[in-house]
Amino acid sequence: MQAVKRFINRMRSKSPWLLHFDCGSCNGCDIEILACLTPVYDVERFGIINVGNPFHADVLLVSGTVNHRNKKVLTNLHAQMPSPKLVVAIGACGLSGGIFREAYNVVGGIHKVLPVDVYVPGCPPKPEAIIDGVVLGLQKLQRLHEQPSVEKEA
Amino acid sequence: MTRTAILIACGLIAGPILGGLVSGMDRILTARMQSRIGPPLLQPFYDVAKLLFKESLVVNVWQVFCAYCYIAASSIALVLFFLQSDLLLILFVQAVGAVMLVVGALSSTSPYSHIGAHRELLQILSYEPLLVLVVVGFYLETGSFKLTSIYAWREPLLLKLPFLFIVLGYVLTIKLRKSPFDLSTCHHAHQELVKGLLTDYSGPFLALTEIAHWFEVILLLGICSLFWATNWFGMAILLVATYFLEVLVDNITSRMNWRWMLSYVWGVGLTLSLVNLIWLHQG
Repeated sequence: MQAVKRFINRMRSKSPWLLHFDCGSCNGCDIEILACLTPVYDVERFGIINVGNPFHADVLLVSGTVNHRNKKVLTNLHAQMPSPKLVVAIGACGLSGGIFREAYNVVGGIHKVLPVDVYVPGCPPKPEAIIDGVVLGLQKLQRLHEQPSVEKEA
Repeated sequence: MTRTAILIACGLIAGPILGGLVSGMDRILTARMQSRIGPPLLQPFYDVAKLLFKESLVVNVWQVFCAYCYIAASSIALVLFFLQSDLLLILFVQAVGAVMLVVGALSSTSPYSHIGAHRELLQILSYEPLLVLVVVGFYLETGSFKLTSIYAWREPLLLKLPFLFIVLGYVLTIKLRKSPFDLSTCHHAHQELVKGLLTDYSGPFLALTEIAHWFEVILLLGICSLFWATNWFGMAILLVATYFLEVLVDNITSRMNWRWMLSYVWGVGLTLSLVNLIWLHQG
C-alpha cells in the first residue's frame, strides 16, 4: 500500500500540468511564465505542459493583483481543478498587490482569495525562479501526502 | 482456445504499452524538431498514471459512460485485429468508439466541448469513407476481408496499392490528431478551443480517452503494416518511415479549417482511391 502511494506521488511530481491565470498583471510576469515554455528553458523536459483548461490542470499559476471583478473568476477556476492541486502566486503583485495595493478596486495578494502554496517574488521573477517555485510546490505536495494524518483530513 | 486467450491478452497489453511508447517517441521527435530536448520516453505513462489517481470531477454522468464505451470499442477493435478477424468488422467497431467520444463531448454544456465535438464529427466524416475504400482495395487485390489471408498474400500490397497507402496516410494524420487536421483537439499547446473535444473530460476519464487513443494508434499502424506483410524488416521500415513523416508533417504545417479539410481530403483522397481501384480492376 505504501509502495503504491509512493508510486502515485512520484507520478504526480513527474507530470505537473499548468494553468496560467492573469489577474490583471502588467504582462511582465506572464511573458516570463511563457518564456519557460520556449526552447531555451523547455519545461516539457520535466513533463510540465501549459494546458489552458482547469479540468486538466494540477498547478495554478496566478500573476497580478486580485481585484473585486476577477476574484470570482479566480475562485471558480480553482474550484474547477480536480485535487490534488497547487496554487503558485507569481510576482510582487500576486504576493501582496504590489504597487497597486492601495487602489480602491484591489483586494490584495492572491492569498486573500485562495490558499497559496508557493510565493515567487520578483517584478517580474526570472523564468528560473518560476520553475523553482513549481518544483518547490511539488515537493510540498509530496510531503503532505507522505503524512497519513494530513491525507485523512484532505 | 488457449491461443485465442493468449492473442486477446497480447492485444490488451500491447495496445497501451506500444501506444504509450509510440506517443513518447512522438513527443521526443517533435521536441527535437523544435530544437528542444523534450520529455522522457515514458512521459505519456507518467501523465496517464497521474490522471488515473486524480479526483474525478464529472460534468455529466453520460460522459463517464461514453469514456468507458470509447475505451471498450477501441480495445475490442485492436483485439479483433490480433485475432486476425474481418477488417470491415474492425473498422465498424473502431467507428463506434470514435462516435462515443463525440457523444460524451456533446453531453456537457461547455461551448468549447461542443464545437470540438462538431469538428470531430466532420473529421470522422472525412476519413471514414477513405478507410473503407482502403479496405475495398485490399479486397480487390487479395479477394478477402479476412486479415489471415491479407497477411498471407505472397507479395507486398504496397506495390499494387500505392495510392491507397497515401490515402491511408491522410486517414492516419486525421486520426493521430496531427496538423493540418488537428481541428477538434490537439496534443500541443492550447488552441482556440482550449482542448476542444477533450475539454470536459478530466482526471481518470481523460486518462481513459488517452489509453483508448493509444489503442487506436496501434490499430492504424497495424493496418499500415498490411501494406508490407511479407517480411518483418520491410514492415518495420514502412511503419517507422510513415510515423516519422506524420511527425514531420505535424511540425511543418499549420491548422486549417474544416471546409478545407473536407474538400481537400475528399477531393484528393477519393480521386487517388478511385484511380487505384480502377487500376486494380483493369489489371
